[in-house]
Amino acid sequence: MEPVTLLFSLTTLLYLIASLFYLTAMIGKREGAGRLGRWVLLVGVVMHAGVFAVRHSMASGTPVTSMHESLSFFAWCLVLLFLLLDLRFRLSVMGAFAAPFATGLMIFSALSPDVIIPVNPVLRSWLFPVHITFAFLGNAAFALSFGAGVMYLIQDRMLKSKRFNGLYRMLPSIDVLDRVNYTCLSVGFPFMTLGIISGAVWANLAWGSYWSWDPKETWALITWFLYAGLLHGRLTVGWRGRRAAFFSIVAFMFLIFTFLGVGLLFDGYHTFEAFSMP
Amino acid sequence: MNIIVVGLSHKTAPVEIREKVAFEADNLAERLAQVLALPSISEAMIVSTCNRVELYAATMRPEQACVELQHFIAECHGLTPVVLKEHLYSYACQEAVRHVFRVTASLDSMVVGEPQILGQIKTAYGHACDCKSAGLVLNRFMHKAFSVAKRVRTETAIASSAVSVSYAAVELARKIFDSLENKTVMLVGAGEMCELAAKHFVRYGVSKVLVTNRTYSRAEKLAESFGGVAVNFENFREQLHRVDILLSSTGSPDYVISAADLKSACKMRRYQPMFLIDIAVPRDIDPAAGRIDSVYLYDVDDLQGVVQSNLKAREKEAVKADQIVSQEVIRFHEWLSNLTVRPTIVALRKQLEEVRQKELQRTLSSLGDLDAHECKMLDAMTSAIVNKILHHPTRLLKQLDCDDDKLRYLDAVQMLFDLSVQPPSDDLAELPDE
Repeated sequence: MEPVTLLFSLTTLLYLIASLFYLTAMIGKREGAGRLGRWVLLVGVVMHAGVFAVRHSMASGTPVTSMHESLSFFAWCLVLLFLLLDLRFRLSVMGAFAAPFATGLMIFSALSPDVIIPVNPVLRSWLFPVHITFAFLGNAAFALSFGAGVMYLIQDRMLKSKRFNGLYRMLPSIDVLDRVNYTCLSVGFPFMTLGIISGAVWANLAWGSYWSWDPKETWALITWFLYAGLLHGRLTVGWRGRRAAFFSIVAFMFLIFTFLGVGLLFDGYHTFEAFSMP
Repeated sequence: MNIIVVGLSHKTAPVEIREKVAFEADNLAERLAQVLALPSISEAMIVSTCNRVELYAATMRPEQACVELQHFIAECHGLTPVVLKEHLYSYACQEAVRHVFRVTASLDSMVVGEPQILGQIKTAYGHACDCKSAGLVLNRFMHKAFSVAKRVRTETAIASSAVSVSYAAVELARKIFDSLENKTVMLVGAGEMCELAAKHFVRYGVSKVLVTNRTYSRAEKLAESFGGVAVNFENFREQLHRVDILLSSTGSPDYVISAADLKSACKMRRYQPMFLIDIAVPRDIDPAAGRIDSVYLYDVDDLQGVVQSNLKAREKEAVKADQIVSQEVIRFHEWLSNLTVRPTIVALRKQLEEVRQKELQRTLSSLGDLDAHECKMLDAMTSAIVNKILHHPTRLLKQLDCDDDKLRYLDAVQMLFDLSVQPPSDDLAELPDE
């Protein structure tokens, strides 16, 4: 096995172990397992950064040009952001969402063909790493807000219907879940905005126009409007709780479609084929 | 040595009987002395709470001792043993150990998992220690019981959920608001249950209490006791938007708070969640209010339902707890049964070893010139003979279950070999293996 593949597999394994720890912490109510999970995840995220460092030197360019790499980069952003969020909220319960989600991304990434391609000269711009970093950090934040939203709806359902199952004890209060949902949203939105702006600036440099209604651009804009609407609702109209949680779940569905669906269904310069040398 | 338990509890005796046989704390020392004076009892302690009266004792003759204790309880309280018989239970050996472990871990309590019983048994044990009626066996036994109770508490979720209506309300509030600090509670009407729940809320950090009542003076009085503010009943609805948790228990036949009241309050507080607890029957709050997104409305039946499901969850945990108890019973039983036979076996081994050494020296000196190898061979052979002879009797003594048989055999061994057996000490080494 090549060193970089080995490193990648080890990272996936660490994420998997962290997932197990976090799930044990949640189901078995063991605080210690949550702390272990955090450390394992921390080692994992550092190792994962190593994977990108190696790939960067191999491709002599930003190594996020294939499905394999973008899924893996998504996972890295997600774990990184979760760890930062965990510093603030001490939410090992969210870990039971974030770590398995990241593990899943890694597994799908491993299943996608991993080829290091000579990149299209367009991608050699310094704006490329800026653009994707913002975009994926935004994705990661929205993924976490999605997770918190799902948990919110479950907990809210139980409190409203007055029928409780084992999850009731494991999940935090709806107040905390709502705050996490909001925090992730307010972190994700600026990232996404910057991602879109940096993309537009870069497009102008590369192709001479800021916006060309590429399918990815269109769908990203739709998603951006959804999140803008949600944030606006939260800030001014006082949306919160169930409605906000539900909305953030729907918006995330759009986001996933923008990220995965558009590339598979439509042509455009955001497809991975377009990234390779013409 | 054996542990026995004789007593009765809420499961076997009605309160009329329990109150008759309760031991008073004042003359407990005297009672303990009386128990110790009984012929078969070597150590004893008395547990007397409102739900159970039990005597724990260490004895060499469990059957006899049980009868003695039954009579003792009857005589103490001027009852005939026949009357008591149907209520009393007696356990000996492993069953007794299991019973006490279960009691201490609160698995035998009226509300399974409630921790008071542990404190009560600790007090009872304290009395026994003061009166020197607890010795080596009961000391070890009680410490083991306490550690089992701790294991059960930490390894199962037996005491982790609320089993009273007012605590259930606090628990729910903490799943809605996380922290209760800086939250405002309003009491509408002054029911006892409301007051109790409000007390719990205050203890969990609620900072502001508003009280309203049709009679303003009562509201003022109640507000004072919580350090809160009294609100006029006519316009308390105007304050609703400031309220996070509302407890209602008026005697009103109609709804006191309508869904519309709450809707406008919710809007004013920008849809921050509200937790409404309606303890009144007939209800005070229009149930339609529960359909508002940010309102969590619980009536008294809902809270009862939560309590019931928590109780059911406790029963489930109790099964896990019983497995822990079973493990510990076996461990303690091993220690206990070795405690009885160990001194005898040690003495027996010592005596035979002395005989062997003496005879070996004599033979060696009369044989004269033997090299080291031959001396060693003789030594090994004699040891082997002693071990072979002791093998079966030792095993038999260890295997006998705790009953009078064992005692008879031990007596026989001690008599046949003329052993003087030391009483056991606390630092028990494992028995030597053959």
